Amino acid sequence: MIAAAVTVPNETHSRVSLNDSSVELLRTLWVQYGPLMFHQSGGCCDGSSPMCYPAGDFITGDSDILLGTFNIAPVGAEAQPIDFWMSVEQFQYWSHTHLTVDVVKGRGSGFSVEAPEGVRFMIRSRLMETATPFS
Amino acid sequence: MTIYAQPGTEGSKVTFKPRYEHWIGGQWVKPVKGQYFEDITPVTGKPFAEVARGTAEDIDAALDAAHKAAPAWGKTSPTERAAVLNKIADVIDANLELLAVAETWDNGKPVREPLNADLPLASDHFRYFAAAIRAQDGDHAELDADTVAYQFHEPLGVVGQIIPWNFPILMAVWKLAPALAAGNAVVLKPAEQTPVSILVLIELIGDILPPGVLNIVNGFGVEAGKPLASSPRIRKIAFTGETSTGRLISQYASANLIPVTLELGGKSPNIFFKDIADADDAFYDKAQEGFALFAFNQGEVCTAPSRALIHKPIYDSFLDTVTARTAKAIQGNPLDTDTQVGAQASNDQLEKILSYIDIGKQEGAKVRLGGERADLGGDFAEGYYVQPTIFEGHNKMRLFQEEIFGPVVAVTSFEDYDDAISIANDTLYGLGAGVWSRNGNVAYRAGRDIQAGRVWVNNYHAYPAGAAFGGYKSSGIGRENNKLALDHYQQTKNLLVSYSENALGFF
Repeated sequence: MIAAAVTVPNETHSRVSLNDSSVELLRTLWVQYGPLMFHQSGGCCDGSSPMCYPAGDFITGDSDILLGTFNIAPVGAEAQPIDFWMSVEQFQYWSHTHLTVDVVKGRGSGFSVEAPEGVRFMIRSRLMETATPFS
Repeated sequence: MTIYAQPGTEGSKVTFKPRYEHWIGGQWVKPVKGQYFEDITPVTGKPFAEVARGTAEDIDAALDAAHKAAPAWGKTSPTERAAVLNKIADVIDANLELLAVAETWDNGKPVREPLNADLPLASDHFRYFAAAIRAQDGDHAELDADTVAYQFHEPLGVVGQIIPWNFPILMAVWKLAPALAAGNAVVLKPAEQTPVSILVLIELIGDILPPGVLNIVNGFGVEAGKPLASSPRIRKIAFTGETSTGRLISQYASANLIPVTLELGGKSPNIFFKDIADADDAFYDKAQEGFALFAFNQGEVCTAPSRALIHKPIYDSFLDTVTARTAKAIQGNPLDTDTQVGAQASNDQLEKILSYIDIGKQEGAKVRLGGERADLGGDFAEGYYVQPTIFEGHNKMRLFQEEIFGPVVAVTSFEDYDDAISIANDTLYGLGAGVWSRNGNVAYRAGRDIQAGRVWVNNYHAYPAGAAFGGYKSSGIGRENNKLALDHYQQTKNLLVSYSENALGFF
């Protein structure tokens, strides 16, 4: 399990984690695609899932918030940072929940890079201990 | 009652090939890299065919074929193109059961849906756009006695289309019919969850279209969808899917300065005003069904009425009634025409729905019905089935704010008209909505006040050709299902003609 470094201004608790299977998969994908990023999707079909892209392929802007940055490198190795983004408007409805990126067997997920492996990233959520739900 | 034989068994209406190639230039073409992936039926969770795994090389080949075909196709008369579209419609109608069984096997939906909705709508769509293109006029303006501006419609040329998996044939047809009617050549990428049923359709209609006018490349989004969406060789990209991919496709389109249309889902409110319960009559029965439609197509509809807002005075009685009604929904073998709720389209879809049910419970929403994976046993034990689920909660919960794309409805109450509209509009999305009232004035005003592209008034989940469909807010850009869609597939050519013999006099 890797917890993301806190990147949301004025916050002290990590909002998003990778479980072990997602770390393992991300290390494989990094070899194939180079540096990576996540953007949490909303909406139709394959939505509401974290989309994994080559870093920089998806252009983020002021309408996005950086929820955290992972380092998937083994201890002592050169850093392999992965940013986890979400749209600001979506964050307004998600901010009371902590997210863990998991991997399940599956098929297809937009242009997310894990799909050809027959798996896909998925979000598991729990309420944040420190955030007041629905405040 | 009919139970269709499973594909691969005796008496099945459809026989799948063991392997499907790309459809490029009017023929089956092997993938350049020689790779294939398995198509899994959600009905049993087992693979049933291999499908070509397309890459940029295959997209290029399809674009070559499309560019070769586009000029001649674009010059055909609307009469000729309409005749082609009408022929396709006739073939769909003549092969209803075959296509319905193929669609159910690919997607998991109960077969009564493709038999009675997806496929009749698909053929009607072709006929609608056949009619629309013939009826379309250009226009002209007489700017002065000697100067006339003529506006002509011209096809864009070669366009790309990326299709979702929830209505694999119908969603392809929504995009294909206007594009082909307008005289474009198309490269289409189906969803990798449901790659085969559209190819079964192509086996039937392939020789009606000139080679290269319609090309289909299957494969994964990152390997085949991305090279299509980012290609400088398309003049337009159309996509139905989710928001991140929609934004990414818009970014690729901006790099190529081409137009994009997007349909990105919703979290549609279904509003029940108290007067619906004024009488226990046919209309009240209709309104109850309108609630239960959240489970239609297992909730895998961009416009699923996944937020039910019930007026406080009738909250308990109406919710009791519709919960009992939903509990009677028949979930079972999707190939049985009596089945009302089938399988979710994929394993990851199943897992995602269950994760939402989990966060809903954590947030304190109350499970009124369902809330579990459904085990149908036997052949279906490994299939992807979820019980129709009713949650009670409030609109700030994630259950109320995210498109679950499963048979899950989130229910809350409202105090008065303003409260109803406020809750209805408290969402990122604006694709669909429902309003139920016996008072025409209330229903009309609510329909206008809700920020959504489609508001059903005293009905839900109807998708007739002719009724414009598309999103407000984060639900997308553009309209389908209506002659307006032609505009997304046409250029405007202005011919500014002077009929005067006289010089301007400037030089």
